[in-house]
Amino acid sequence: MGNDLLNVIELSDFNLPTMKNEDWKYTNVAPILKNNYVLGTSLGYENYLSLPLNDYFFKDFDYYKVVFINGIFVNELSDLTGLESGIIVDSLTNFQKNNSEILANHLNKYSAIDNGFNELNNTLSTNGLVVFVPKGKVVDKPIQILYLNGDSNENVLSVPKNLIIAEENSQATIIANYHGIKGKEYLTNIVTEVYAGKNSIVDFYKIQLEEENSYHVEKVQAYQEANSLFNHYNFTFGGSITRNDINTCLNDENIESHFYGLYLAHKEQHVDNHTFVDHAKPNCMSNELYKGILDGKSRGVFNGKIMVRRDAQKTNAYQSNKAVLLSKNAIIDTKPQLEIFADDVKCSHGAAVGQLDENSEFYIKSRGIPKDIAKSMLIRAFAADVIEKIKIDELREQINHLVFEHLNRVEVKNN
Amino acid sequence: MEEIKTDSLKEKDEVSEDMQLLNDVTKNEYKWGFITDIESDTAPKGLNEEIVRFISMKKEEPEWMTEWRLKAFRHWQKMEEPEWPNVTYPKIDFQDIIYYSAPKRKPQLESLDEVDPELLKTFEKLGIPLEEQKILSGVAVDAVFDSVSVATTFKETLKEKGVIFSSVSDALKEHPELVKKYLGSVVPYTDNYYAALNAAVFSDGSFVYIPKGVRCPMELSTYFRINNEETGQFERTLIIAEDNSYVSYLEGCTAPIRDTNQLHAAVVELVILENAEIKYSTVQNWYPGNSEGKGGIYNFVTKRAACRGNHSKVSWTQVETGSAVTWKYPSCILQGDYSVGEFYSVAVTNNYQQADTGSKMIHLGKNTSSTIISKGISAGKSNNSYRGLVKVGKKADNARNFTQCDSMLMGEKCGAHTFPYIEIENNTARVEHEATTSKVGEDQIFYLNQRGISSEDAVNMIVNGFCKEVFNNLPMEFAVEAQKLLAISLESSVG
Repeated sequence: MGNDLLNVIELSDFNLPTMKNEDWKYTNVAPILKNNYVLGTSLGYENYLSLPLNDYFFKDFDYYKVVFINGIFVNELSDLTGLESGIIVDSLTNFQKNNSEILANHLNKYSAIDNGFNELNNTLSTNGLVVFVPKGKVVDKPIQILYLNGDSNENVLSVPKNLIIAEENSQATIIANYHGIKGKEYLTNIVTEVYAGKNSIVDFYKIQLEEENSYHVEKVQAYQEANSLFNHYNFTFGGSITRNDINTCLNDENIESHFYGLYLAHKEQHVDNHTFVDHAKPNCMSNELYKGILDGKSRGVFNGKIMVRRDAQKTNAYQSNKAVLLSKNAIIDTKPQLEIFADDVKCSHGAAVGQLDENSEFYIKSRGIPKDIAKSMLIRAFAADVIEKIKIDELREQINHLVFEHLNRVEVKNN
Repeated sequence: MEEIKTDSLKEKDEVSEDMQLLNDVTKNEYKWGFITDIESDTAPKGLNEEIVRFISMKKEEPEWMTEWRLKAFRHWQKMEEPEWPNVTYPKIDFQDIIYYSAPKRKPQLESLDEVDPELLKTFEKLGIPLEEQKILSGVAVDAVFDSVSVATTFKETLKEKGVIFSSVSDALKEHPELVKKYLGSVVPYTDNYYAALNAAVFSDGSFVYIPKGVRCPMELSTYFRINNEETGQFERTLIIAEDNSYVSYLEGCTAPIRDTNQLHAAVVELVILENAEIKYSTVQNWYPGNSEGKGGIYNFVTKRAACRGNHSKVSWTQVETGSAVTWKYPSCILQGDYSVGEFYSVAVTNNYQQADTGSKMIHLGKNTSSTIISKGISAGKSNNSYRGLVKVGKKADNARNFTQCDSMLMGEKCGAHTFPYIEIENNTARVEHEATTSKVGEDQIFYLNQRGISSEDAVNMIVNGFCKEVFNNLPMEFAVEAQKLLAISLESSVG
């Protein structure tokens, strides 16, 4: 493919946030701006077909398979056989052709453009994934999506825009699985909108395993109707700079939202998680649990905001954020934030930073267990609170394994 | 109480008894409002280098001080008014403020008899009878009336111990070397917009110096009082505790009712050397504006303590019930190894009051520890924010912090917010942060009701319990005053 066909993007055309912006206070995006990027959709995916793509998927359980390469939906590698009629899992472009009315009702309805990255996605994205679950339908297996990004010769920019629509009384589980190709630095910039209709249940797993020279920026914006349940599970392993914005708006009564996050970083990785739970109506419940394990010279950032608006009486909102620093040079900046405008609410947040407890380690060692295993046991215990929330058993085990693999430590299995 | 209740309930059609009680709170007029009529020696409105020179000249300051003020003023001109706090208020016209007003001054006063009787009356209304205090309480009072200190008592006793307790302007004359060494060393004029303004135009304030090994024999107390209409008060407090010394300092304020907003931009600097301890307590009850949110004081304060020596300790305790807009973060810079910083705060907002307050704990030395206990109570249409920073530097091994910020909401039109920043660069740090938001539970009130306690008293008990941890850290006299204040502010509130 000749270079003249490639669509080169200059990021300086976009007003990307700087550290002067309060929401980006601890995250310097300057390294991302060093490169000019080739738009992934102009690159094609033919070269990737020979890769052992199946190795990237989480295994040992049934799932519907979707493959994206540099932001392009690859139909021939995806496997959606057995999907109940009415349920649609397709590329944004196809969905637009066939269901433009539904799309018009949802696309870009929930996520505002908050910063330059959103604008970048909005301007350049031409493709993405749509999951549409009509009224009363349940997707019987999780939908596992592999997003494979990067290229050995080009700096690639992928800008998928995803839309999950769960209509009334429907249910779906989505596993978004991000992987990278060894090679040049690349940027993945995603916007995902989730619509959870009345009484619907949406489980959204995100596992980010990008290459360590990559940049990953995602914004998830959920919008929830009455009695809906939205669970977001966020696991960050890879990426040089990672920024996640996970937002939900609870815009009716009796809604539940759960955010679980586990982020691991070593070397000079930078992981920034921002969450925003917006309680707009009464009698809702939200719960948030984020944990970070930081090694090497890595830096973690957590900013969790809970807003309880005037109307949202009888809200219960909880948030907890804990981080453990395994090395002398790791840094954590955390800012749990409550904004409460209603009086009859129960809200709390907690944040704790520390290292592995020496006394606990000593106790384990005194029972004849070697030091490295003792440490691993403590890490396992720390991460367990989040990992155990994963509803799919096999996925839980594989993520547990990834934790130890990424920290380069002896693995302690789940009993 | 009864009379207030009757006229306060007309605005809502269906108000529960709880809501009625709550309304009463918002209707309580400021009880300590009055204006004293004393002729002032006043500078013209506005701010420019001339005014800065005028203030400096009036106070007969040395050359370097004038220069310092001018530098600060020039720096201030280059700065922009900060807008990040979670408060809104009409823009301040800095040219519409009188930067200097001093009560007519007779030659140096020897005893209280020489003090203007009008002035003494004011203090009496405030419950600060100087004479009585002199005889009974053993508290030395450096009373700041508007901008100039008019009476300083107990100087003699303190002198014996070598303690210096005077106004900053006197200290400039008597101990210029000390002032020069420490002034602006904790809060430089470049620090922030209001610190720069204060450095340029500060009128007066208190200066305390505790020499090595001295435990100050009495609690030092300064009563601030804003009196002259349209006078912004720019106080500057500087306290130095030398090695192995201890002092407890009290600051308390009330101000009269009036309609134009007043700016108060004070700076407090504390320097704590090896093994020394400063306990700084504040009860702030400035005019919060009336129930429509008109008037009231803008309280933009920079308070900072530098624990420079090993094993030094600073403790900030504050009870904030007044001011239309409060914006302050008493901070501790824990430089010395094993130094300790504490912050205890109760902030009550009512009507249209806004408070954005909290603390900063900067851990730099090894084995440092800090505690933040913040209790926010919002009622009426007020907004109460906690904003804090806990920072553990790279070299601050074994730093320890515990933060708890609880908010209580009374009524459905108020807001409570928390913005805690936690920045950790050392893995041996242990930092915990907890925050909760709640209201006075109906079940709690019911429980107390059935024990024969009126809803009124029940709320008081619950709120007092909520604030207990902070009140326990106040000196005795202040604890009593604080509880009274809280009772007045929340005379009959139920959430």
